[in-house]
Amino acid sequence: MPVFDHAPPPFFRRGPSPLALLGFYVALSIALFVLDLRFHALDILRQGISVVTDPLQRLAQSPLRLASDSFAYFRDLEGLQAENSDFRADWLALTPKLTRLQELEAENAHLRNLLELRAQDMADGQAARILYTARDPFTRRVYLDKGLNQGLQAGQPVIDTAGIVGQVTRVFPLSAEVTLLTDKDQAVPVQVLRTGQRSVTFGLGNGLVELKYIPANADVVIGDQLVTSGLDGVYPAGFAVATVTQVERDSAYAFARIIAMPVAAVESHNIIMVLKSRELPPSPETAIPEAAPKRTATSPRARPARASANPR
Amino acid sequence: MQASSNQSTRILQPARPWFVFLSIAFALLLNLLPTRQWLFMPDWVMLALCFWSVREWRLLGMGSAFMLGIFMDVANGAALGQHALAYVLLNYAAVSLSRRMLWFPLSQQALHVLPLFLAVTGIQIFIRVLAGNPFPGWGQFISPLIATLLWSPVTLLLLAPQYRPDEHDDTRPI
Repeated sequence: MPVFDHAPPPFFRRGPSPLALLGFYVALSIALFVLDLRFHALDILRQGISVVTDPLQRLAQSPLRLASDSFAYFRDLEGLQAENSDFRADWLALTPKLTRLQELEAENAHLRNLLELRAQDMADGQAARILYTARDPFTRRVYLDKGLNQGLQAGQPVIDTAGIVGQVTRVFPLSAEVTLLTDKDQAVPVQVLRTGQRSVTFGLGNGLVELKYIPANADVVIGDQLVTSGLDGVYPAGFAVATVTQVERDSAYAFARIIAMPVAAVESHNIIMVLKSRELPPSPETAIPEAAPKRTATSPRARPARASANPR
Repeated sequence: MQASSNQSTRILQPARPWFVFLSIAFALLLNLLPTRQWLFMPDWVMLALCFWSVREWRLLGMGSAFMLGIFMDVANGAALGQHALAYVLLNYAAVSLSRRMLWFPLSQQALHVLPLFLAVTGIQIFIRVLAGNPFPGWGQFISPLIATLLWSPVTLLLLAPQYRPDEHDDTRPI
């Protein structure tokens, strides 16, 4: 007995047959799937549909938000006062450092001026609130409450108070998608703070990251701090990324297997900071013709200085 | 038991299209709740879509299943076409099965939809793994099992408006 029996009697014809329709929609779905994953060509379509889904998402989140907001509202006043005084104490403790930092920045700018180096990127941006986590079980992504309308762009780095959280990967009119650094596709160029060894971290998908392409005999120990190296032109240099938690050296492989734990509260936070995109220095091909007369005019001593300062 | 058409002695009223669309919109809203951490949370849209595909297949065709799928893809941040493919196949299979499974009592209807629900999850995982994503673990298959358990309560709930009496009797106390 045919279980999957669709065909109506021939005198009730209604449009194309179900099997033809099924073939059409399956082909359409697979085409969309390939176009989206392989060629990333459908962001416009996503942006259009997100205009409808965004308000619905916010609506669905509102009961939870309301509950947490009202909880915060009714929280003990004393707790807030204690927190406030803690913040004051922290602020006081930080004030001398801040003054010193300003002085150092001024000194640094002066020195860089002397060396004719480009000024360091200033790290500023805008704070945003995380609306919700993507339900897709394959990826680690969150959505922010700011988007194209607030001037966000794809590619901007995202940090919290402790370090790097991830990167804005898609922008919608009212929201933006951030891929966390624990996502499998997310790579962050880092260097080991203690030795200066450069590498790249990849997300493992389970809340940890892996440090790849480090030779088995390299000097990396448990507890080493990893900071951004700034080589990619996306993340500013010097932001904390992760702490090494596990090092396995197997002589059968050329590379050591190094697992690290992100420093930022990557999978659990509420308010984060979206940094401005870095303005890349001009690429060497375009920079050389302008710099060439200068270089001939100054002494060749300028070169080593430039080379030694570059890894920053 | 009451809702299966072989034992019910009542003739159900026709389903109202606005109720069908309202229930699907509500399922959509349930799906958008922040419940990612809970593996047992069923895919409500899949449940509602399957139910109405079985009951009212003239209202919900593959086109609407496809649109719902695209909508879920964008809302979930998944690959475009992933839910759409699964929902279109679900709609086709559910419509095909509808003439057969409505003759069974509710518990056995649930057994009919269990493979469909497992397939919806399986197809999505299969094409994502094919595209290079890591396997997210067998825990993903808990939610279709829960959805199967919910088949009977959802049927009773969604069919309730159709059990209304045909004529209102104003003199009766209840």
